[in-house]
This record gives sequence, C-alpha cells and structure tokens, in this order.
Amino acid sequence: MSKRERDEISGTETTGHSWDGLKELNTPLPRWWVWTFYATIIWAIGYSIVYPSWPLLTTNFKGLWGWSSRADVSRSMADAQTAQKEWVDKIAAADVDAINADENLRNFAIAGGAAAFKVNCVQCHGSGAAGAVGYPNLNDNDWLWGGKLADIYTTIQHGIRSTDDSTTRDSAMPAFADGVLDATQTDQVANYVLKISGNEADEAAATAGAQLFTDNCASCHGADGKGMRDFGAPNLTDGIWLRFDAPTKENLVAQIGKPHHGLMPAWAAKLDDATIKQLAVYVHSLGGGE
Amino acid sequence: MAIHAVIGALAAVVTILYWARGYPGRAQTVGGQEVYLDGVVRWGALITVFWGIVGFLVGVIVALQLAFPTMLNGIEWLNFGRLRPLHTSAVIFAFGGNALIATSFYVVQRTNRTRLALGNLAWFVFWGYQLFIVLAATGYLLGFSQGREYAEPEWYVDLWLTVVWVAYFLVFFGTLLKRRESHIYVANWFYLSFIVTIAMLHLVNNAAVPVSFMGAKSYSAMSGVQDAMTQWWYGHNAVGFFLTAGFLGMMYYFVPKRAERPVYSYRLSIVHFWALIFLYIWAGPHHLHYTALPDWAQTLGMIMSIVLWMPSWGGMINGLMTLSGAWDKIRTDPIIRFLVMSVAFYGMSTFEGPMMSIKAVNSLSHFTDWTIGHVHSGALGWVGMITMGSLYHLIPRLFGKTEMYSTKMISWHFWLATLGIVVYASAMWVSGIMQGLMWREYDPQGFLVYSFAETVQAMHPYYVLRALGGAFFLVGGLLMAWNVWQTIKGTKAVTVAVPAAAAA
Repeated sequence: MSKRERDEISGTETTGHSWDGLKELNTPLPRWWVWTFYATIIWAIGYSIVYPSWPLLTTNFKGLWGWSSRADVSRSMADAQTAQKEWVDKIAAADVDAINADENLRNFAIAGGAAAFKVNCVQCHGSGAAGAVGYPNLNDNDWLWGGKLADIYTTIQHGIRSTDDSTTRDSAMPAFADGVLDATQTDQVANYVLKISGNEADEAAATAGAQLFTDNCASCHGADGKGMRDFGAPNLTDGIWLRFDAPTKENLVAQIGKPHHGLMPAWAAKLDDATIKQLAVYVHSLGGGE
Repeated sequence: MAIHAVIGALAAVVTILYWARGYPGRAQTVGGQEVYLDGVVRWGALITVFWGIVGFLVGVIVALQLAFPTMLNGIEWLNFGRLRPLHTSAVIFAFGGNALIATSFYVVQRTNRTRLALGNLAWFVFWGYQLFIVLAATGYLLGFSQGREYAEPEWYVDLWLTVVWVAYFLVFFGTLLKRRESHIYVANWFYLSFIVTIAMLHLVNNAAVPVSFMGAKSYSAMSGVQDAMTQWWYGHNAVGFFLTAGFLGMMYYFVPKRAERPVYSYRLSIVHFWALIFLYIWAGPHHLHYTALPDWAQTLGMIMSIVLWMPSWGGMINGLMTLSGAWDKIRTDPIIRFLVMSVAFYGMSTFEGPMMSIKAVNSLSHFTDWTIGHVHSGALGWVGMITMGSLYHLIPRLFGKTEMYSTKMISWHFWLATLGIVVYASAMWVSGIMQGLMWREYDPQGFLVYSFAETVQAMHPYYVLRALGGAFFLVGGLLMAWNVWQTIKGTKAVTVAVPAAAAA
C-alpha cells in the first residue's frame, strides 16, 4: 500500500502513505525556515551567555557581565532620585511656608505634589480633587481643619481619625438619637439648620430649633453655625455639604441622629516628609488655600 | 458545594437510569462489518456550537462591563470577577475542548480505519466532560475559585476532570493501538501530545490541599514565586498544547481534506512537531518578566519563546502551502476561507507572541490590553475560525448531507467574524500601547504624568469598540447555529462502515 506517486501540480513525490485519502508530499524543509530557525538558536545561545541563564546545583550561571534585573531597577531608581536630589533636599530642609514663598521650589513642589496626589489621594478626593459625597472638595475655600499651609501639612501627616496615629486630628459628633434629642426636637434642629443655610424651612419648627441648637450644637458648630476648625466641625451656613449634595430635612435628621464620620489615613507612615510637603503645597495651590 | 453535590447526584441518577434501560446497546457492527462510532462526534460537534455561543455572549457581557462598570451592579453572581473565568473557561474548555474531543474522535477513527477503542467509554468522556463544564461554570457564579488563571475550578472538580481525561487518553490511545494503517497520521501526533501534556499540566498545577473534605475551599500546594511559576507554566502550556497543538491536529486533517490536496511537507510536519513540543514547555516564565522570578528563569523563558517562532510557523507553512494548487477555492468556498484565515491569524499570533516575550517589548506590553488583543487574535482568529471551518465541513457529513444548508450564510459568518476580530485586535493594540505609554510617562521634572484612573478613562472608547468587535463575532456564531439547525433538521443519524482498505 506504500506507493510513492508524483503530485501533478507541484511535481513533488508523495511519501506513499494515504490516510482517509490524505497524502503527504515529500517536500524538503524550506531553506529560509531552516536558516531562520538556526539564527534564533544561535541568538538564544548568545543571549544566554551574556545574561544570567542556566540553573546550576546551588546557584545559576550569572552571565558574562553579572547583570541582574534587581540591580538594574535599583540603578534607575537611584538615577531618578539623583536627578531630583537638589530640589528634594531643599524642600526637606525648608518649612512649607518657605517653600511656597520661593517660586522655583513652589513650582517643583506643585509638580511633585500633583504626581503624588494622583497615586495616593485620587481614590477618595477624585482626579480633579473635587471630592465626592463623604470626601471633601479640596478646590473650594471651605476647610474643616484649616486651609493654611501648616494646617494642610498637619492634616496630611497625621490624618483624620486615623487609628494608627496618636496625634491624628480627632473629633466625634454625638449620636443625638441616642436619648439626647427626641424625634420632634431633631426635626426642629434640622429645620433650624435648613434656615441658617438659606434653605426653605418650617418657620415655627426652625424657631423652636434655635434654642435647641444653642444648647446642643453651638459648642462645636458655633453660635452662628459657622463651624469650628479646632473640632473639624463644619460650617453649616455656607451651602457646602460633605454628607450630601444638597440638604433635605430627611438627610439632616439622619446625620444629626446617627452621624457619619470621615477617616483619612496618616500619611507620615507611608510617604516621606518631602513628599508630604509637596502635597501640602499642591493642595494649597488648588484654589482654596489661605 | 451543596448545589454541586445535587448536580453530581442528578448526573449519577440519570446515568444509572440510562444504564438500567438497556444502554449500552449500540451496535458496534452492522451486517457483520465494523462501523465508526460517530454518535459521540455528532453530539460533540453540536454542543461545540452551543458552548461557543455561550462563551461569546459572556465575552460580550464582560467587555461591556469593562466599558460600563456599573452595568450589572448589585447582582453578585454576575460581577466581573465571576463572569470573566466563566467567559474564558466557556470559550477555551467548553467550546475549544468539545471541538477538540469531537474532531479528535472523528480524525483518529478515519485516519486509522478503526472504531474508537474501549466500547462506549467515549460516551463517558463526552458526558463526563459536560458535567465538568457545568460544575466549573456554576462554581464560578456561586463564587468558588482557586484563583489560578484558566484553572479556576476547585479541587473536587479537578479530580473529576482527571478521571474524565484519563478515560479520554485511554480511548484515543487505545484507538491508535488497534489502528489498521501502518503509520500514524500527523494530526494524531498533535492530538496525542495535547492529551498527554494537558494531563501532566492539570495534575501539577492543581496540586492543592482541601480545607475540609466537605468544603469547596483548598489551598495550593505551592506558594510564593514557585506558585506563580507553576501557574504560568500551566497557563502558557494551556495555550501551547490545548489551543495550539490540539488545533494543529484539527488543521492537519481538515485543511488538506477540504482543499483536496496533499500536505505540503511531511518532513516539516515532523521537525516542527518535535521542535514545538520541546520548546513550548519552557516558555511560561515570559509571563513573569520583571517580577520576583529569578533572572535566569526569565532569560530561559524569553529565549525559548524566540526559538519557538519558527517551529510555530512550520504549522502555518504546512497549512498555507497545502493550498498551493487549490487557491482558486478561496473564491468559491467560504469554508476554505475560514481555514486559510485561521492559519493566517495563527501565523500572526505566533510572531506577535515571541515578540512580546522579549523583555524590552514586554516592559511596555505587560499588564496592558495589548496582551488581551494578542490572546484574542489567537483565540478568535486561530482557534475560533479553524473550529468553525472544520465544523462546517464535518457537520453535514455526520448527518448524511453533502454540504451545509446555506453557503451564503457561511460567507456572512466569515466576514462578520473577520471584521469582529480586526476591530477587536486593533482596538486592543491601540488601547494597550497607549496604556503602557501613559503608565511610563514622566514630566521633565521626573514626576509621573498620569494617574491610573486617567488611563482607564482614556481607554473607554476602545473598550466600547472591543465590545462591538465581540458582538460581530457573536452574531456570526448565531448565524452558524441557525445554519447548523437548518442542515440537520429532519435528518437521521448515519452509520458509516469502516472501509476494508485505504481509499485510494
């Protein structure tokens, strides 16, 4: 059954086998294929001599020049640090106000702060630092804990209600639903807050709420409701809200009854001081810095 | 696990009932003459079409989820993390796996002139494999995963697949042993290397310790960089032996069969076969460039991938050159068009792969969509189209017809699929390279320019395009299903006798 025959179209002999009518031509290996194959093999041998390759009993062949990817990445990291060293050293040595006052330092700090912000801060504060519900907008001039350079610097260093930093900025609004204010009283306070923030409110309830506000809220939010930065207590009159886009009586009642509290990590544990200073200068430059 | 116990019990009950009612009672001979076992091939071919559509559909859904992340919010069973392995397993193992099992059962019988070995064990392979697919798929949706790419099913599903796979090996190898041809045809070498290597990969990669006998959770036997290396040794060889060697087996039968031409070069088929299976097994570390994997392993992974280029192209040369003397058929036969285009995509992907394994290229391409585009030009272009072309040739013959119901519809399918792949791959090239460049963009002062979220935002239009390309491919698959249904409607199973001597 093994009968070689000549294929008419190609003029090549078959191998003489036939499987279910399938035959094979006895075509030699294409030359260009063979030579390219050899070339890749020679290249591979050459590469494996130059670079670390073959495993040995306790170690591996290190390559002609002892190249290693770890040393390579350390070198490029070192190069990048050297290129920025002059500026970073100056920033590390100066305080934030001095950095802000020097135009060159300030420009460098804003560029570096923007880069660090994109890696570390955008997850909560957003790409444009405009914040979201529960996460403050850093572009406006409403500051919970202070908008001066030194305030921002401290906030980034130690965070807010951070659990792993003993000097973190800390405060907690009491849950007024836990036996402090009853439903009617809470409703009245909510109406008062609506009123002082320039929103539509039930006048009678708001009037009744004024006294309750003075008794229960003014110690932190101030007699005029304009907030106190020592406690991170928000200004309730400026139309900027952290917990909702626009206030309704319902969401004010909810916040008074069982308040939500934000949490910001203490970055001193993760970033070096020069980076935190750059971040402070960058955030300060966004528009609301004082 | 409880749901899986119920599925397993139901499968067992159905099997026992079937057995009790007189199964297996299928004739191995008709009128004293041995006949081919084609029933299992018929079922396999049809279920391949079905699983293909499932896989493509889930692919389009996950593509849309990437473009519109909140699309299915709140439905935990359908979040991206669960649907992605459903998509990859459905297309690789359900669509690709069934295509390989069905065609290998067909090819091994025809080219060795003998019925499948070991009685009805082939039927066990078929149904056992479907049970594996159902257990894997429902497991993903329920949240069971061992977190190994392309090997997500938990330990008990792995054990079941091992049983099925050993049976598959026994049927295939047993059939080779009782062959009536003196030589073994090249397609069978590729199928056999696929079956044997997948068994080895499956056993090593899935070595795990279950937390409890009655629980789904297990922990890998390896840890750290050894675990990662094992995972990608498996992962890349799933590509090499499942998606390449197996489908080369399909190519070596259906391309010369359809073109009615002899295979271009017997010598090339031998040399590229042995070179391919020797080299592929080394290539896994190129998935772990610039990681904790030791440099020497990265080097070997890279150089073996480069040397693999020509052995891979051996298959392309043999596929394309087999058509010399039959090129005119491209004009008239859309099935040939499917086969040729698939080999062309195979050649493109097996050039792109070695290129991407070069460390300098990889430092840009790794973790970007370029990789996804590369995988899909291989999966949609090569695996998908070789399967579709082969099935279009095979299905009418399995049901006693000469050709498919509508040739025009095959042509439409071809153009939809090709357009879909081109849109998909080019969208991913652009978005992948853009993504890689954005990640490494520094400003003059040495600071990173883009945040991660900004790169995601920039990729959005390409994600939409990708979903569109996938949708084209899905619509083509639906056309195929309709065409197949119209072809087999009202037909009866045909029994084919094993010929006494090789057809001249």
